[in-house]
Amino acid sequence: MGKMSTTLQPDQATIAGVSEPAKSRAAKSRPAKRVRGLSDRAIAWLFVAPTIALLLAINIFPLIWMIRLSFTSLNLSMSYLPLRFVGLDNFSDILNDEDLWIRLQTTAQFVIWSVGLQVVIGYGLALLINRQFRGHSFWTTIILLPMMLSPAVVGNFWTLLFQPQIGPFNYLISLFTGVPPSSFSMTGEVALAPWTIVLVDTWMWTPYVMLICLAGLRSIPDYIYEAAEVDRASAWRQFWSITLPMTVPFLMLAVLFRAIENFKMFDMVNLLTSGGPGSTTELVSITLKRAAFEKWRTGYSSALAIILFVTVFGAANIYVKALNKVKQR
Amino acid sequence: MRTLKWLGNTTASVALGAAVLGLFGGGEAAAQGKQLTLCWAAWDPANALVELGKDFTKQSGIEMKYEFVPWTSYADRFLNELNSHGKLCDLLIGDSQWIGGAAENKWYLKLNDFFDKEHISMDDFVQATVVGYSEWPKNSPNYWALPAMADAVGWTYRKDWFSRPDIQSAFKAKYGRDLAPPKTYDELKQIAEFFQGREIDGKKVYGAYIFTERGSEGITMGVTNVLYNYGFSYDNPKKAYQMQGFVNSADAAKGLEFYKGLYKCCTAPGLTNAYMQEGLDAFKSGQVAMQMNWFAFFPGLYKDPNVGGDKIGFFVNPAGPNGHFTQLGGQGISVVANSDHKDDALAYIKWFAQPAVQQKWWQLGGYSALKAVVDAPDFPKSAAFAPQFLESMGIVKDFWAEPSYAQLLLDMQKRVHDYVVADKGTGQQALDLLVKDWTKVFKEQGKEVASQ
Amino acid sequence: MTAAVANSTAHSIVEASPRAKAVAGSVVILYAIISILPLLWIGATAFKSQSDAIAYPPKVIFQPTLEGYVNLFTVRTRQTPDFIAKLPPPETWYDKLVRQHDMVIAGPSKVVPRFVNSLIIGFGSTFLAVFLGTLAAYAFSRFRIPLADDLLFFILSTRMMPPVAVAIPIYLMYRQLNLTDTRLGMILLYTAVNVSLAVWLLKGFIDEIPREYEEAALVDGYTRLQALRKVVLPQAVTGIAATAIFCLIFSWNEYAFAVLLTSGEAQTMPPFIPFIIGEGGQDWPAVAAATTLFVLPIVLFTVLLRKHLLRGITFGAVRK
Repeated sequence: MGKMSTTLQPDQATIAGVSEPAKSRAAKSRPAKRVRGLSDRAIAWLFVAPTIALLLAINIFPLIWMIRLSFTSLNLSMSYLPLRFVGLDNFSDILNDEDLWIRLQTTAQFVIWSVGLQVVIGYGLALLINRQFRGHSFWTTIILLPMMLSPAVVGNFWTLLFQPQIGPFNYLISLFTGVPPSSFSMTGEVALAPWTIVLVDTWMWTPYVMLICLAGLRSIPDYIYEAAEVDRASAWRQFWSITLPMTVPFLMLAVLFRAIENFKMFDMVNLLTSGGPGSTTELVSITLKRAAFEKWRTGYSSALAIILFVTVFGAANIYVKALNKVKQR
Repeated sequence: MRTLKWLGNTTASVALGAAVLGLFGGGEAAAQGKQLTLCWAAWDPANALVELGKDFTKQSGIEMKYEFVPWTSYADRFLNELNSHGKLCDLLIGDSQWIGGAAENKWYLKLNDFFDKEHISMDDFVQATVVGYSEWPKNSPNYWALPAMADAVGWTYRKDWFSRPDIQSAFKAKYGRDLAPPKTYDELKQIAEFFQGREIDGKKVYGAYIFTERGSEGITMGVTNVLYNYGFSYDNPKKAYQMQGFVNSADAAKGLEFYKGLYKCCTAPGLTNAYMQEGLDAFKSGQVAMQMNWFAFFPGLYKDPNVGGDKIGFFVNPAGPNGHFTQLGGQGISVVANSDHKDDALAYIKWFAQPAVQQKWWQLGGYSALKAVVDAPDFPKSAAFAPQFLESMGIVKDFWAEPSYAQLLLDMQKRVHDYVVADKGTGQQALDLLVKDWTKVFKEQGKEVASQ
Repeated sequence: MTAAVANSTAHSIVEASPRAKAVAGSVVILYAIISILPLLWIGATAFKSQSDAIAYPPKVIFQPTLEGYVNLFTVRTRQTPDFIAKLPPPETWYDKLVRQHDMVIAGPSKVVPRFVNSLIIGFGSTFLAVFLGTLAAYAFSRFRIPLADDLLFFILSTRMMPPVAVAIPIYLMYRQLNLTDTRLGMILLYTAVNVSLAVWLLKGFIDEIPREYEEAALVDGYTRLQALRKVVLPQAVTGIAATAIFCLIFSWNEYAFAVLLTSGEAQTMPPFIPFIIGEGGQDWPAVAAATTLFVLPIVLFTVLLRKHLLRGITFGAVRK
């Protein structure tokens, strides 16, 4: 990736031909002079309004509509039935549904294991790549490839790779362990399927975590290490007291992004296992999709969507506050 | 930096152009001449329909466009399309179970007046197909589709393996009877166990292939073939929507256990989420002795260079201790109410309903539902699977066709797959939970559900 | 400074020893090779024949053929050998290839329109998101906007909903507005989803650009807009490039919205690829061919701009 330069040195003279004397004049006369053209306020509004408008239209207005729907019995495939206002029935249905709690559990397990693995492997890779051996830039790019694919396409072609009879994965395993290839099915067995989705997700997103950790490692200034060398701190000590603490904010950022993404995960798992066998890999997004777009229970699924959103929002909020505290340390 | 700038400029212009195209060029190019879009599932009969449709284009000058979607996303995609009032499809060959929803939601055009005007009589079609593909409410003369594709679940088997003397004698020695296509499910299980793991032509083969697909409708369409024959019924024939004791009777639980037993003992490994296409693959590559699949595929299988012709045989879904039925498949062709070309679409249906066209439909690989075609004296000889098809169409039973059918189907998919493939609970428990699920669905619709 | 220090100590944490480098290198290379094996298998499958792709046991050595690619781009029908014998001789190499399997090309498949849709929707929404995002980020960075922090968090929180959840009301809304299955609808949706990320990323980058340069330009008589164009944008280019990559990767690879809100007209590649059916099951060589072709633009884009990826991925938190 190339070593990052530690200072930004833009060529001052080339910036729009702005003259040195002008800059010092600007520094002296700080109170803003009335500038030509649109006023600053107008520009601020003009610049922010389209974004806010778009987000209001595509995110907020539908969210409000959805909150309204969650109190109704709307079922799109039976729209001829009179629309009933059911109050909190949908919500209590969901919160009392045992099966749904199991789905949340499944999703939580998926998030915890996949993000955990990605953090460990990603961080390790970042540390190694940071050694900057010859050709590291090339190999880093190779490692990045899995995350450039569409998760749906990934889920789909891994079904071929995991086929016991015709896929290479089982044969590879049997080469190393002697277990016959047809004797197990990664996507078909209750014991294996949850680990299979963790495996594929880790394969896909470890490079992402690695990049974040790499950026974190590169942001540690060299002089800190040099000072530690002078103090004759061992490599291990340096890792524990310098590297790790200074990269923790980046790690936490990586965990935040990946956890949010994996909580929302739908396409890769749906195409890999359809939530099966049975419901052992059915994540909440899959349940939501089935309720909303296969059973067409719009009211019910709106309630579920709101519950999920509140969960993620609340968790993310708490986490970001913790992250900010860590950053300030 | 320069590469960046160049890339930036190019990308920006591409992106800008794309944005403009997207914003203003959203519609498709103006069609030259008349056009109809027909939507169906992507399978062999659809290809046959494309061939057949060339005649229509020649006759009427209307060009036919097709939108075929794989079975696993067929219901998803087209129910979504209907729900979103899309204009993609003028004609839709929708699944038989959609009739209730399509009629109630006014997604399809009601065809009674059209049939009267064009003198198309539903008496000319096989009764089971009229009830199954066209009527809503059931058994009332309200028609929403023309029966287009008659279909049911049947079985294929490796006739060449069954005729090998060494295999025949080994079977006779073990079971004391001749090896022949099974008439009951117990016989089928015996045969499946016999072939499971046997070496034939240097390769290990397996006994049977059955449906296990989780996502859309696969495992349900497989398991009902056994359940019906063990005594499962959707509700009390005398009292609609009373399911307790009919869906989850002890006999029905036994039937479900039988299906699981068959899945565990005598199928190829790794097929935990398999439906039609995987069955074709498994049978064509010589992995299984017997395959459960839809009659729709049998013409293609018969023509297959590896396993067709003399090597393939067919048999009707075997009977169980309490009945002899088979799962109804098939679809009717309907006019989408939201279409802008309703008159042209009706012209297509009028053309399709002609006896000569129906006859050609059968010859090309489709399954006509016209009595004139299937009751013709030489029909049983017209194809190797014709007699089995005729017999099957006489014993068909269908899943719920209620407007809420999707919820009912998905509930059954979950409970059955949980038990059969994911080893959750017992068969009785699965069916008990299913009754609970279905009761909830019907109650939400405001239907009276009696418990006893 | 750093280079001098590094050379003076043979074993320094700043510059690793040759032995440490070799060990690190081998582990990373091993991981890279293992992680790329599935991709190599898929790339190879694109060149296998149908029967080789589903051969059991799986074939590592095989006879390569372009059938997968041909199947991807065409729609074929099976005919009897007699019918084929009666046809005029095949004109092109792909006609010949298809005839060998007793099939005849019936027309082009839908892959090109789908790819074009992906291009239009992908690049279109990326451009719009980056454009709007740059403007908004500049405003947040340079001006005092009321409730800025809350607005920014609100913008970020729009990314926390599962796409399937967002799709529910969007589906209803688009149904009313006749935007289902239109490219415009998809571009708007993807832009809205991307703009939140874009604003956050770009604000981080623009914050880094010292204000003095603009203020000097303003004093020199430039308008605010001109200052933006001449002073800020050139320096923000790397940030914009990084943002564009992430926005593009999202829009390019997105599946949930595409499968729920598009059908025939505006369908992009991700809902198309997993459902390419051959005669039996999935046409794996064609699926593999489509996967390969579909990932190429992203790989190209990313490789060309990879230096900026690192900055972008941490919200510009890497201080230069």
